[in-house]
Amino acid sequence: MAIKILIPTPLRPYTGKQSTAEVPGQTVGEALTNLVSQHPDLKRHLFGEDGKLRSYVNVYLNDDDIRYLAKEETPAKETDTITIVPSVAGGAGDDCWL
Amino acid sequence: MALIIFTPLLEQLRQHGEQTYPHECCGVLVGEFDEAGNKTVKSVVACGNTRTDSPHNRYHISPIELVRIQREARIAGLDIVGFYHSHPDHPAQWSGTDLAEAHWTGCSYVITSVEKRKAVLTNSFLLVEEGESKQFANEAIDLRDAIALAGDKLR
Repeated sequence: MAIKILIPTPLRPYTGKQSTAEVPGQTVGEALTNLVSQHPDLKRHLFGEDGKLRSYVNVYLNDDDIRYLAKEETPAKETDTITIVPSVAGGAGDDCWL
Repeated sequence: MALIIFTPLLEQLRQHGEQTYPHECCGVLVGEFDEAGNKTVKSVVACGNTRTDSPHNRYHISPIELVRIQREARIAGLDIVGFYHSHPDHPAQWSGTDLAEAHWTGCSYVITSVEKRKAVLTNSFLLVEEGESKQFANEAIDLRDAIALAGDKLR
């Protein structure tokens, strides 16, 4: 069973410029594991040294954040789309580097 | 490498900063990458700032907004090419917070300084990866006029 994964712009250098990947898996975690098996350079951008998804990497199954489902154990089916979106944040904070 | 943007779109994001003053505004730049590494902005999508705890010096875009914008961009044959936000009463320069929380390598981060509800300077910074670390590089803004935009829409 192949699940579609949408690759965001900053991660495409590690997927051979592919914007979409189709990988096998019964869960979101399996699909992501298979994705990084196909594209090993991607691994450090998605997962920390502890093997967990990096905190700034958001993973959605269709319109749902997997953090509010069963995380990596969330079941996925062929008609589903997984979207990877790194977070977007910042701000002037207390300093600006001039 | 430059960020190519049409005047009305640049004005749109600058005005967003004036509208949300004294809070930071934020949004997404949708467009195209070319072979030379330039980015052309085709649309500017305003987003809500979810950092309601400190909106005067922090911004955050809800990931579900990003998912939907990315999905619509792909349908139109476009991509997310960058982001923008404002610095109310701060310079149009990236901060330590901006760098720490930037993760879209290869994309543009546009910052507009807003002083007393008036947009002043707008600068663009390209997020680049240097080994295991990341850095912002100054990026030229290539401003195009509205006539070119009209012609582009007709094609």
